[in-house]
Amino acid sequence: MKAPDFAYVKPATLAEAFGLLENPNAKILAGGQSLIPSLNMRLSSPELLVDITGLAGLSGISVQGNSIKIGALATHAQIEKSEDIRKHVPLLAQAVPHIAHAAIRNRGTIGGSLALADPAAEYPACAVALEAVFIIKNKTSERRVNAERFFKGLFDTDLKPGELLVAVEFPVATKSDRSVFLELTRRHGDYAIIGLAAHNSRFVFLGAGSTPVLIKGDSMEKAKAALSKSLNPSADLYNSSATKLHLAGVLLERAWNTITT
Amino acid sequence: MEHDYDITLTVNGTKVSRRVPARQHLVDFLREDLELTGSHAGCEHGVCGACTVRVNGEIVRGCLMLAVQANGCRVDTIEGLSDSKELSKLQTAFHEHNALQCGFCTPGMLMAAQDLVLKNKKISREEIRTQLSGNFCRCTGYQAIVDAIEEVINGKG
Repeated sequence: MKAPDFAYVKPATLAEAFGLLENPNAKILAGGQSLIPSLNMRLSSPELLVDITGLAGLSGISVQGNSIKIGALATHAQIEKSEDIRKHVPLLAQAVPHIAHAAIRNRGTIGGSLALADPAAEYPACAVALEAVFIIKNKTSERRVNAERFFKGLFDTDLKPGELLVAVEFPVATKSDRSVFLELTRRHGDYAIIGLAAHNSRFVFLGAGSTPVLIKGDSMEKAKAALSKSLNPSADLYNSSATKLHLAGVLLERAWNTITT
Repeated sequence: MEHDYDITLTVNGTKVSRRVPARQHLVDFLREDLELTGSHAGCEHGVCGACTVRVNGEIVRGCLMLAVQANGCRVDTIEGLSDSKELSKLQTAFHEHNALQCGFCTPGMLMAAQDLVLKNKKISREEIRTQLSGNFCRCTGYQAIVDAIEEVINGKG
C-alpha cells in the first residue's frame, strides 16, 4: 500500500500550473481524498503531481446576483459550514454531510469531486439536478459548460487535456423551489447503495449508472415509469440490480412526498 | 530515482525540517522519520481512521495527505495532545468505560472524538456514532466508546 514514485510541484500561479499540465503524464492534485488512495493502491501512476492548492482565486464561496459561485478548491467542510449555501443552495447543504467522514470533508474539494466524476458521488448528481454551470480554464481561454453536458461517462468528463475546472455556479434557490437529497447506505459515510438529488421536477440518481442519471417528471407516475426505462444500476457485493432499482423507486416516492408537501 | 523534497513543518509545537520522497504519506513520515508511532497506519486508503491527525487545527487522514503537502503546516498528533493533557478527560473516560481492547484504533478514535469535544455543545449518541463512522474498531463493538465520549461531552448521566 505504498504509492509509486512521482515528482511533485506546487505552482504559485495559474500560468505556471498550465505550463506543468502540458506534461501528458501529469495529474492534478487538489484535496487528494480520491487520488491519494488510488496512488497508495497503485491504481494510478502519474509522472508528476501538480498540487493546485496553492493557487489564489480558486477557493471561496460568493453570491453573485442569481447565482452562487463556489471555487474549485472549496472543501466539503467549508461548504457544509457556509450560511450562504444553507440559505441559497439547500440541496447542496443537505448532500454534504453524506460525503465520507469529517476528517475527509476537511480536505476533499468540490472541484476535485466534480472533475473525478465518480458516479456514486454526491456533488455530480446535485450539479445536474440544479443545472449548475462549470467554469473551465486552459492556458488561453475560459469556457462554461452545463452540468448535464459535463459528465460523459464513468470517470469521464468534458475536461480536455490542459484544462482546469476553476469554479462552479449554482442558481440561487427561489421561494417556490423545492429540493431534497436522499441516500441509502449500509453505514454513514459509505458509498451510496443508491442516492437521489431532487430539485422540483428533476430527479437525479447517484450510484445508478456510469454518470448521474436524470429523470424528469411532473407527476410521480410519469417519473416512476421513466425510472424503470432509464435506470439500469449495476449490482454491487451486497445489492442486486433489481434491489437497487426497487430502492430507487422508494427514494423517488420519498422525495416526491417531501417536495409536494 | 526517487523524487525528494525539503519540507519544514511544526509537529506538536516543535519545528522540524526533513527531506522526504514525494510519494511518502504524512503518517509514514510521522512514524518512520519522526518516530511518532502513536498515529497508526491501518488501511492506507482513508477507510479505517487509525491515522487521524490534526493539520492546522483540523482532523485529517494522515494516509490521504502527502508529507510534502504538510510543508509549512502545523501538525498535531496523539503524542502532542496527550502530553499537553488536552485529551486527559477522554483518556480517563475511555479507561473507565473499557472503551478499548487491542488499542490499535484508539489514537484515531481520541483524535476524532476530541474534534467533537471542541465543538463544545451537547450532542446525541447518534451524532457521536455519525462522527465515528470514519473510525473502525474491531474489538469493542463501539458501545463503550460512545459511552465514554458521551460522558465527556454531556457530563455524567
